[in-house]
Order: sequence, then structure tokens, then C-alpha cells
Amino acid sequence: MYAQMVKTDAARVRSLDEMDPVERAFQERIDAGQKIEPKEWMPEGYRKTLVRQISQHAHSEIVGQLPEGNWITRAPTLERKAILLAKVQDEAGHGLYLYCAAETLGISRDEMYAQLHSGKAKYSSIFNYPTLTWADIGAIGWLVDGAAIMNQVPLQRCSYGPYARAMVRICKEESFHQRQGYDVLMKMVKGTPAQKAMVQDALNRWWWPSLMMFGPSDDASVHSAQSMAWKIKQNSNDELRQKFVDQTVPQAKYLGLTVPDPDLKWNEEKGGYDFGEPDWEEFFNVIAGNGPCNAERLNARKKAWDDGAWFRDGLTAHAEKVADRRASAKIAAE
Amino acid sequence: MATAALDPAARQAALLEFLLRVGDNTLILGHRVSEWCGHSPALEEDIALANTALDLIGQTQLWLGLAGEVEGKGRSADDLAYLRDGYEFRNILLVERPNGDFGKTLMRQFLFDAWHYLLLKALKGSSDTRIAEIAEKAFKEVSYHLDRSRDLVIRLGDGTAESHRRMQEALGELWPFTGEMFMSDALDAELVEAGIVPAPESLKAGWDEIVAETLAEGTLKKPADGYMHKGGRRGVHTEHLGFILSEMQFLQRAYPGATW
Repeated sequence: MYAQMVKTDAARVRSLDEMDPVERAFQERIDAGQKIEPKEWMPEGYRKTLVRQISQHAHSEIVGQLPEGNWITRAPTLERKAILLAKVQDEAGHGLYLYCAAETLGISRDEMYAQLHSGKAKYSSIFNYPTLTWADIGAIGWLVDGAAIMNQVPLQRCSYGPYARAMVRICKEESFHQRQGYDVLMKMVKGTPAQKAMVQDALNRWWWPSLMMFGPSDDASVHSAQSMAWKIKQNSNDELRQKFVDQTVPQAKYLGLTVPDPDLKWNEEKGGYDFGEPDWEEFFNVIAGNGPCNAERLNARKKAWDDGAWFRDGLTAHAEKVADRRASAKIAAE
Repeated sequence: MATAALDPAARQAALLEFLLRVGDNTLILGHRVSEWCGHSPALEEDIALANTALDLIGQTQLWLGLAGEVEGKGRSADDLAYLRDGYEFRNILLVERPNGDFGKTLMRQFLFDAWHYLLLKALKGSSDTRIAEIAEKAFKEVSYHLDRSRDLVIRLGDGTAESHRRMQEALGELWPFTGEMFMSDALDAELVEAGIVPAPESLKAGWDEIVAETLAEGTLKKPADGYMHKGGRRGVHTEHLGFILSEMQFLQRAYPGATW
């Protein structure tokens, strides 16, 4: 889940009877499963919530290039290097679709970057963890992309058309990434004892941060209730986390790994696993900027932006020169 | 045909050397370009750079794969990439130059692309069909690389005063590393005679033309041809290559024999 704890500005979810006719018509369209498109009327809260969520999602894709990019130059084979390059390229591409989707709501990409750089906009907590070994690249594909897919599959049915459509393509690519990640680990657990130990170590470090990606329980959250009423969000954080655990634990077993949770146990009655509570204090610390890599990640993005100012200015200046020359040529011809 | 007149062992050695030269160029440049991942000045550039690096690594797999086949000692493309030391690498010095600012990265790419494009264009007609087939595929990718790097050199050269200054500086720094692309030795001569590869110096006029047109359009001044660095093609590199390899080869060296 690349968007966590998105605020809606709502104090509570209002009923249809409390809405004015325009808003009521909007809500009824959503209730009927219709898509909302960019030029159409929408409540300010709906627009703002989407901007927050889509930009947070986009920022996550962009910052997410960094932990994986960290291993491109050290990938162990040419094929793995090519696969990882393609994956990171896909993520930059996802960022691009998502920024474009957010731009349809009246915010520019530069404004969104400014919000990221100032710390006003967030990105997923998961990307503040370091990639320490090659097994982390497999673990990210398997667990992080796996968790992202849990959230993004329902987002294909999101009420906002451009976001829903962007998600269709993104989901296809994410599923592919997840399989590739699992394949990296599969190869390693069949390898030497050192490789297998590396994989177990990666699972130990990435398991809990992956569960935290879904965010804390939001059953009592008015923001989640409002997002659900607007069909921006479809499932509760706990529902998605449960689904993720149920899907992932058998995959860990297949790899011959131990999930680092002493409370993990199959519950026949509910048809799913019982599992321990993530360390939410750690989560809130990471969100607040105290994760192991927050400073590096944000500084890397700011540096890329600042160092690239001359490049962007140069291209803009050239485009203006070309336009001026065309205009002059046109005048001369007349 | 001249081909039949060549001593098979000498020809095989020359062919292997050529394949390492071309495959090591794409490998090392691909590595350098991939260092930008997530750090470039614009999202579109991140995508384009990853794409370029991906093409170059893909080409490396083909060239080094064929090198291993020609060598006939059972070495794979990965063995050649990951288990040779610096003195066994045959890339030109230009591609191991550090990235510098984005202007230097782009200028290096352009100077290389213009040559790479012409080389592949000639190799499409190689008398060795295996080489011709790889060149055919790579040529399509590299045509796009050249379109892109040429366009950016022009736009930044004729952009702001600062972008112009940076591009001119990049050109000045990299120019002494361009001569190596057109130098030839006895190994080249063997293959040229067999119609397998073009003579390196035969690409110079075409390269000069592409470079002159691009620089003129970008209002950049071509540096005077002075001393040209060389050595990469016979395994004598700069200090930079050792660090590239120690990073690239880390896992293969730390866990000998492991499969990934």
C-alpha cells in the first residue's frame, strides 16, 4: 500500500439527506458505481483527498526507485541486472502516470514535488528501510509489491476515472514484479547455506515493515469511512493486512523460511491466520521522519531536483528560443 | 575470398578480442548510466536513462554471449562480465569516465552514440551472420539513443548561458577520449580483411559529420584535436575501472560458484 493514512478533511460522513442537491447527485452517481471524470463537479474534500492520495502514491513510486536502484550496479548477473533496471523503469513510469492523474485535479507536478521536498506530502513508510543485501531486492518484490497489489487491485474500481485507469496498467506490472521478486528468492533458497541465510535475514527485516504498509487499524477512522463512502477506498486496513498475511505465509513456507512472528497461527474457524501486532511506535517514528533512511531518501530526491535545475531551465530556455524564432520567421514571411 | 586465407586460430583470437571490445563498451557504459537511477533531473530522464542502460545491458548479453561461444572454453556472458579483472577488459576509456554532472553524462552518451550508431550500421553488413544479427537488433535501439542524446546536446547547448557553459565544458573534458574509437591495430586488420568488421578509421568521417552538425546547431565549439588518450582497447585502463568492477562483481566474487 503506497498511500497510508490519507486525510479527508471530513469531521464525519454525512448522509444523502444532509447534502445540497448538487453534492447529493454526485454521491448518488458514486453509489451507482459511476466514474467521476476530471472536468465534472466534485466536492472540494473529494478533490483534495484524491490529490493527497494520488500524489502520495506517486511520490512512493519515485522514492521507491532509490532502495532498489541501490543494487542495480551490484546485481549478480546480467539478466538480474536487466530485470531490475526494467522494474525500476516501470516504477518511474508508474510515478509518471500517477502525477498525470493528479494533475487532472488541478495541481501541477512541480507543486507536488515542492510538497514532497518540504516534507508536507508523505510517501510510503516502507521506502525508509535500507536494502542491505541482494536478498532484499527479492524481498521487496515479493513482500512490498505483494502488499501494494493488495491495495491497488481494489483501486482499479476507484470512483475517480483517471486514477482507476492508471491502476489497471500499474497492477499488471506490479504482479510481474512480485513474481520476479519471488523468483530471486526461490533461486537463492535453492543455493548455498549463505544464500539461504541471506533470504531469511531479509524476511526478518522486511516482514513487519510490510505489514505496516497497510497502516494502523482504521475501523474507527472518519477519514477511512469518508474515503469508503466516496469509493476511493474499498477495504479496511485490517482486511487487506489479513488478506496479505493469508496469501504470504504459505509462500514463505514454500521457500522454507520462518516468518518472524511467534504469534502466527492458523485459525481454522476464521479460515485465516492469527498474527501479532506490528510495532506501531516504530511505524509512527518512521512516518515522523525517524526511519533508518528518511533523511537519505529525501535528500537524494532534493539533490536530484536542485542539481537538475540548470538542465530543466536550459530545456525551457531552448523551447522559448525556438518559439521566438518561429514567430519571427512567420512575421518575416508575411 | 580473403576469409579463407586467414589462419583459423588467429582469426578466432581476433574475433574474440573484437567481441570483448564491443561487449565491454556496452557493459561499462550501461553500468555508468544505471548509476543515475532515481537521481536524474527529471522523471522523464530517469525513465530514458533506465531504458538506455537496459538496452546496453541487453546488448552486452548478446556480445559477450557470442564472445564466450567463439572462445569455446565454456565461459558464459556472465563469466566474462563478472569474473575478469580490469586488465582483461577491452572497453574504450571514454565509457568508464565518471558521470560528472548530467551534462557530462549526456555529452559522453552523445559522443559514444554517434560512433556506436555508425559501427552497428556497418556491422549489419558483417560477413559473420551472428554479428550481423546482433547489430541489426542493437542498431534499432542505438538509433533511438542517438536521436535522444543529440537532441539534448542541441537543446542544452542552445539553452541558457549556464547550460551552454556546462555542455561546452563537458565537451572539452571528454574530447581527448574520443580518438580511441578510431584507432586500429593488427587484430582489427585481420577482421577488416575478412569483411567481418569495418576499419575503425573508416567511421571517422561520418562521426565528424554528425558531431559537427550537432555542435553547430547547439552553438557549441568543437575543441581542437590534440592529444588523444588510449589504452582501454588493449586492457590498460584508468583507475576508475577497478572501482566499477569491484562494485559490479561483488556478489560473484564474495560467493564463488553460487547461482543467482
